[in-house]
Amino acid sequence: MSSVPADLRYAKSHEWVRTEADGTVTIGITDYAQNSLGDITYVQSPKVGAVLAAGAVFGVVESVKAASDLYAPVAGTVVAINPALDGAPETVNREPYGAGWMLRLKPSEPAAAGALLDAAAYGALLG
Amino acid sequence: MTQLQRTPLRDFHAARGARLVDFAGWEMPVQYRSILEEHRAVRRAAGLFDVSHMGEFDVRGPGAAAFLNRLVTNDVARLFPGRVLYSPMCYPDGGVVDDLLVYQRAADDFFLCVNAGNLARDLEWIRTQAAGHDVTVSDRSAETALLALQGPCAVAILQGLTATNLAGIGYYHFATGEVAGMPCVLSRTGYTGEDGFELYHAAGHAVRLAEALLAAGASHGLELAGLGARDSLRLEAGYPLYGHELSPTISPLAAGLGWTVKLDKGGDFLGRDALAAEKRGGSPRRVVYFRTGDRRILRPESPVRNASGAVVGQVLSGTLSPILQEAIGSALVETAAATASLMVDVRGAAVALQLVRPPFVPLGRV
Repeated sequence: MSSVPADLRYAKSHEWVRTEADGTVTIGITDYAQNSLGDITYVQSPKVGAVLAAGAVFGVVESVKAASDLYAPVAGTVVAINPALDGAPETVNREPYGAGWMLRLKPSEPAAAGALLDAAAYGALLG
Repeated sequence: MTQLQRTPLRDFHAARGARLVDFAGWEMPVQYRSILEEHRAVRRAAGLFDVSHMGEFDVRGPGAAAFLNRLVTNDVARLFPGRVLYSPMCYPDGGVVDDLLVYQRAADDFFLCVNAGNLARDLEWIRTQAAGHDVTVSDRSAETALLALQGPCAVAILQGLTATNLAGIGYYHFATGEVAGMPCVLSRTGYTGEDGFELYHAAGHAVRLAEALLAAGASHGLELAGLGARDSLRLEAGYPLYGHELSPTISPLAAGLGWTVKLDKGGDFLGRDALAAEKRGGSPRRVVYFRTGDRRILRPESPVRNASGAVVGQVLSGTLSPILQEAIGSALVETAAATASLMVDVRGAAVALQLVRPPFVPLGRV
């Protein structure tokens, strides 16, 4: 059974979003996504300062099996990427909601994350 | 939709958390925990693989030895009872029908182990070729299960379960005996580059044998390993996989398996003329192995380009080496281009290929 923390928001494309105290949002992929991908071998991240539209491809996650695009759940400017993933992409498998986070955005619209799926709706999507 | 075939261990795998996938029409475990961790466990200690999907054919009769030597490219006359031979089996044009193992049990008694994906085609091919030879070809695949125990601790684990002296069985030799009380063919062969055994046994014993091996191996660090790790292990070792480095359009010579083509073995064999001509004239394309110094995996069918950007080949296999922590793989390239600088485009970035002679890592093979 995949873990779906109650305090996060979710995109149908299996990214999660956490709104931080300073108004930025942290983004990663869900436990379901990491489990479906299998062993993650590479994460391609955008540059800090990149401006992303909602739904835009922000990077690629590669597993032994395949490479998959990553989509920005909300629009915004990249303020940080996770430097640990360069040398240890398997962190995404181990801690998808923690140390395996992928990037932090300053959202173009502060309330945008609220329009994403809540944990119940995302859990229902997984069936 | 066609029902997937199951090995006798299908439920055993499911109960141990395996991710089961369709492999060549078989419902097989691709991984239990992590492909990368299972791979490392085999290099460090040992892994247990269910490869019961592979096919086994008995070839018996007064004409068996002569027939097999005509069927395959390697020299079956070098075999003796208890010896195993690896060989491609070719079409008359030199393309490969399959690659297989030939076991000699007695003067006129052999068995073959073939790839699951080619089983039906191989059987038809072999039976067609057998016409006029004094041999009987029998498909034993359904009643035969196959477990591969591979890794530096494999011999110690297995020796605890058998009275057969394993030190007396050399690499590419086999013996019959009992393992945990169950009759087995103990074959010192494998597809990982590590020391180990492949155990052929009755399908009805598979679950009990797998449980006995797992129990005996627990203190040695033995882990169940799936087909995902099997593939990355064989690629790291530089072993070809049919459908990738060998195919109807990639001859054994092009694949770098010239040592398995015995043109001078005496007597004709299927593909001999074409392979002799290819050897004289040189293969127009050949299989190369590469590392990249980069973590991005180069996927099969990706075009390979030369320095001026012209396509000179394509990737055949690609994975991340869990030992080297970089992408490795193989490619089929025009022979003239195989010495120049080669690259593969990954999402807009050119990754340079560093050609190497496998194995990619030091192997523990006996």
